Amino acid sequence: MSSTLSKIEKRTAYTLLLPAVCLVFAIILFPIFANVWISFKEVGLKDIRIPEPRAKKIIKNIQDSNSELKIIYKLRNSSLIQDIREVRFSDKLPKNIEPVNLDKRCEFKSQKVKCFFGNWEAGYRENFEISVKDVNNNAINSKYIKSNKPDLNGKSNNILLTTDFTLKNFKNVFINNNFFELLMTTFYFTFFGTLGAILLGIFAAQLVNQKFNGRTFMRSILLFPYVGPVVALAYTWTLLLDPNSGTINSLLVNYGVIEKPINLLGQKYLIINILGFELKLRLALTTVIFFEIWRYFPLAFLFILARLQAIPKDLYEAADVDGAGPFRKFFYITLPQITAILSILFMIRFIWNFNKFEDIFLLTGGASGTLTLPISVYQQGFAVSNIGMGSAVSIVIVLLLITFMIIYFKLIGKKANEI
Amino acid sequence: MKFKSLIITLLASSIFLTIIICIWKILATLQGLSFTNLNFNLNLLLSLGLVITCVSIGKKFNHNLKIFILSLSFTILYTFLNENSPLWFSLGIFFLILFFTNKLKKYDLKYLNQDFISEKIVFEFLSLFAIVFFALVVLFPFYIMFVTSFKTQTALLINPIDLSIDFSKNIFEIFKSYFVIFKTYDFGRYILTSSYVSVGTVLITLLFAIPAAYAVARLNFFGKTFLSTSILIIYMFPAIVLVIPLYTVFSQLGLRNSVEGLLIVYTATTLPVAIYMLQGYFKSIPKEIEEAGLIDGQNWFGIILKIIIPLSLPAIASVSLYVFMIAWNEFLFSLMFLDNPKVFTLSRAINHLTGDAETPRQYLMAGSVIVTLPILLIFIYFEKYLVSGLTAGSVKG
Repeated sequence: MSSTLSKIEKRTAYTLLLPAVCLVFAIILFPIFANVWISFKEVGLKDIRIPEPRAKKIIKNIQDSNSELKIIYKLRNSSLIQDIREVRFSDKLPKNIEPVNLDKRCEFKSQKVKCFFGNWEAGYRENFEISVKDVNNNAINSKYIKSNKPDLNGKSNNILLTTDFTLKNFKNVFINNNFFELLMTTFYFTFFGTLGAILLGIFAAQLVNQKFNGRTFMRSILLFPYVGPVVALAYTWTLLLDPNSGTINSLLVNYGVIEKPINLLGQKYLIINILGFELKLRLALTTVIFFEIWRYFPLAFLFILARLQAIPKDLYEAADVDGAGPFRKFFYITLPQITAILSILFMIRFIWNFNKFEDIFLLTGGASGTLTLPISVYQQGFAVSNIGMGSAVSIVIVLLLITFMIIYFKLIGKKANEI
Repeated sequence: MKFKSLIITLLASSIFLTIIICIWKILATLQGLSFTNLNFNLNLLLSLGLVITCVSIGKKFNHNLKIFILSLSFTILYTFLNENSPLWFSLGIFFLILFFTNKLKKYDLKYLNQDFISEKIVFEFLSLFAIVFFALVVLFPFYIMFVTSFKTQTALLINPIDLSIDFSKNIFEIFKSYFVIFKTYDFGRYILTSSYVSVGTVLITLLFAIPAAYAVARLNFFGKTFLSTSILIIYMFPAIVLVIPLYTVFSQLGLRNSVEGLLIVYTATTLPVAIYMLQGYFKSIPKEIEEAGLIDGQNWFGIILKIIIPLSLPAIASVSLYVFMIAWNEFLFSLMFLDNPKVFTLSRAINHLTGDAETPRQYLMAGSVIVTLPILLIFIYFEKYLVSGLTAGSVKG
């Protein structure tokens, strides 16, 4: 009895899970594996369009007679780079209408013109004509003939499905494209973005954890940057930081802080002189990191606040009795209580920031020293139109991600479920 | 000890006041006042004087009368010593000082005599400053976005820091960018597409996620632990590594430039987190209620429909809002999959606006306001649910 019940239970479970699992498999897991496949191929953006045989039908009346017509098909291969094999063509003619002097490649059967055109090379074009005539010498309704669309099909190589592989993409990724700098930029961005967001989050959480008027209001406001759409926020920031008439630069110039506007998003290095040492600051990258911090500190804030509110009050009361000030309370009570959540936050935000695409893409597009790995995927795939290269960079990202995840689960995976 | 706390109070509070006045001044500059100097040192001295007077008077007078007279006199002094300014600016200064002196209420010489008081005082003013700082940092871009959308291109080029709205113009002139955005750039259609896509994603996600989450939470089957850990791992994989294969496959299947294609991708990417959030909640529902349902002769679907869903409405609400937010704000896939303006979502449409360098910035900002406002309103209205959605969605996943 119980075994049949458990069988039913299993069957139900699988039916309930099936749709979700299938969808996730098709849209998330399959692409990850497909990346591996594509990354070993030399594929450009233009190659992925499958070549199609196409025909445009034009009707020409023949003078003298209205019971005869000429149909011209403008045939072409839609692809300029790939051949189509065994092109077949068929078009239906209305009743009582028959072709005259039909092309050798074609035959007429049960009111259908069927042709076999063989192979079309890349960029093939042909004007193919059929003359038709009404059997009873009645006038032909040319509109009716035109309304029938010809049917074409052919075989072509889908470049994605062939089995010729190459290591060229990986060679390009690691050797030709300054891979080390790309990696370092990504790590700078990720590390400082994560660290800054968490530090700011600690401050904000500590702040909102006190009692003051408008505390709930403050809590909602602090989440705005995360809730708002990235497109709107990124463009607002671009306008704010614009060197020509951006608000920040104009204000700074107006108050005499700087003499000339600084192109915060378009300048790669800012050279600062401190005690005779020239410090090169990655300016655009720093600005992007600040945006990142601004946008994601709310998340850190949310978690740290939740943890702060769970700290037992009597710890603080005991500290009050001992006469500890607020700073000492923070360092000796609060901080030890939140280190666990901080480490988890750091790991997870690190992984997420590592993959951030939109923010940098919308602010700088990867220019002026802000090219990170995810931006590189887009650039290779869609700006340079080299799908294979883009996939190869994706693979690098996936491999690094897996490494991070292994570290994460080894270090704090078990703790994560307790909090 | 007393002397040290006195000095610290004086410094901390007057620096705080000076910074607040500076911020007020900068904000006033954005309203078209032509200040070019913050007068930091002068105002610091002024604030110092104010604090000294306030603390030395202490509790000898009626508090309200005291702060009123002090604020009034210091506002007059401030206006006299600084550059000319309109009445509203001075009024703002007056209220700032009123607020500030009110904060100083408990500070008299006796209070400063307590032990460990200096650290407390610094902390207090630091927190006050932090509130102002965070509010400013977070809201400033939103403020700029909103205000810029009411300006005109020429006004912005002539004086980029004057962001005041000219209320003397008629209503059509003030809201001109919005009219243009809707008429010329067809934003009405994009709002519809975005809403359609977002609501559709929510519905389909729920349809797929509720049964799956129930199975993970309640039923025993082979591979359960594997599945529940892989949900998290899958959620960690970013959209950017999916983009190229999905782009190629969708182009070949003709799913690009279609709302259906977007719906499929959005649903799939939000499913793991939705399942994760829901199964956690389902586990907290007492099993006895379901067993009662089983005895009543309900099958699994009946149980989900009649027991689980009504009991977990709060969790479903937070999942829905979270998924809605993701779908509404999503940019990468809409950038990749849509290049026909007829099926643009709002985010994609705004990105498209910037493709033309000639597009005036007030239109861009008007578009940004249109895409931001709904999600912020939803957030404010349903904050409780969305916050729990955010919490579950971002760290666990």
